[in-house]
Amino acid sequence: MKIELHNTAKGYGWIAIALHWLSAVIILSLLGLGLYMVELDYYDAWYNSLPWLHKSIGMLFVLVLLFQVVWRGVSPAPEPLAGTSRLEQRLARLVHWLLLAITALIVLSGYLISTADGAAISVFDWFSIPATVSAIPNQADNSGLVHRYLSYALIALVVLHVAAALKHHFIDRNNTLRRILGIADR
Amino acid sequence: MKPAALLSAFFSAIFFATGPVLAADYKIDIPGQHAFITFKASHLGYSFVVGGFNDFDGKFSHDPANPAASKVSVTIDAGSLDTNHAERDKHLRSDDFFDVASYPTISFDSTGYQAGPDGDRLTGNLTMLGVTREVAIDVKHIGEGKDPWGGYRSGFSGNVEIDAADFGLPQWVGKVLVELNIEGVRI
Repeated sequence: MKIELHNTAKGYGWIAIALHWLSAVIILSLLGLGLYMVELDYYDAWYNSLPWLHKSIGMLFVLVLLFQVVWRGVSPAPEPLAGTSRLEQRLARLVHWLLLAITALIVLSGYLISTADGAAISVFDWFSIPATVSAIPNQADNSGLVHRYLSYALIALVVLHVAAALKHHFIDRNNTLRRILGIADR
Repeated sequence: MKPAALLSAFFSAIFFATGPVLAADYKIDIPGQHAFITFKASHLGYSFVVGGFNDFDGKFSHDPANPAASKVSVTIDAGSLDTNHAERDKHLRSDDFFDVASYPTISFDSTGYQAGPDGDRLTGNLTMLGVTREVAIDVKHIGEGKDPWGGYRSGFSGNVEIDAADFGLPQWVGKVLVELNIEGVRI
């Protein structure tokens, strides 16, 4: 089967596949960076540069997320694979939607932490994203709690998402994982 | 001249015989917010109001071996004054006091630096409310050296007493103590 640029009824196109894996790499990097950097001691050589990297990647990630949402509208997802139950199809749709929504809320809450006092966020010292909202009560701390617990929820969802993909591949032996890898059907 | 100063002058003369001594240049650490400009003014003669300016920027150059060549320039956003009281801050920004709409910035440009045994003295022109006057700030070089994140920092503290009326502020404000705690990152 030839992989098109757009999604087809049978499978994902190259754009959707590229967006999925780009998001996967960015999300895993940001989760890893985030978990690691918050444990750093003030005198650690990376104390300033890792949060700078985390924020810079996070702000650029907004563009990828927006493109992903737009592309879902432009090029609808393929039809569910034959042989999957309605429950599985519904669960899959719910998890995909939650992954996107929670990721977006994590990015938003992260932005609200750093801009709580009106300071802009520097993106790789290349340009700055200005603050907009600074009036939420105890904004930095409350946004921080949201950022933290939604990130834990995202980790759980990613584990579920990966487990489901592996279940489809190794137990159901269907093409779920092959479709998003851009590999021909078996 | 003290022996150490004499030695340093001697070696400076040898090593930099072909050109002027290059002092290190520093940018005030605004991104990390390790710089504070605060003021303290009498309230009715019974206690004090303390406030500060939240937005300012500037740079300085300083070489411990040649302090006389030190230079400082700072620009303050007058509207960023903050005394932790919105209504008082609004009044202070009005034309009763700082007239921020007409004079949005306060600036300081140094004209000289004299090192002394008990602290140094930084002189320069302070422009506020359109009035420029020379002020002499007592400064102390607190320390300098590498930071843990790959930079090099130097910091000063200073204070100067300003007569509010000299700059067109109400006479009754009296003398205001301005305190500076400034850390710069070498550029």
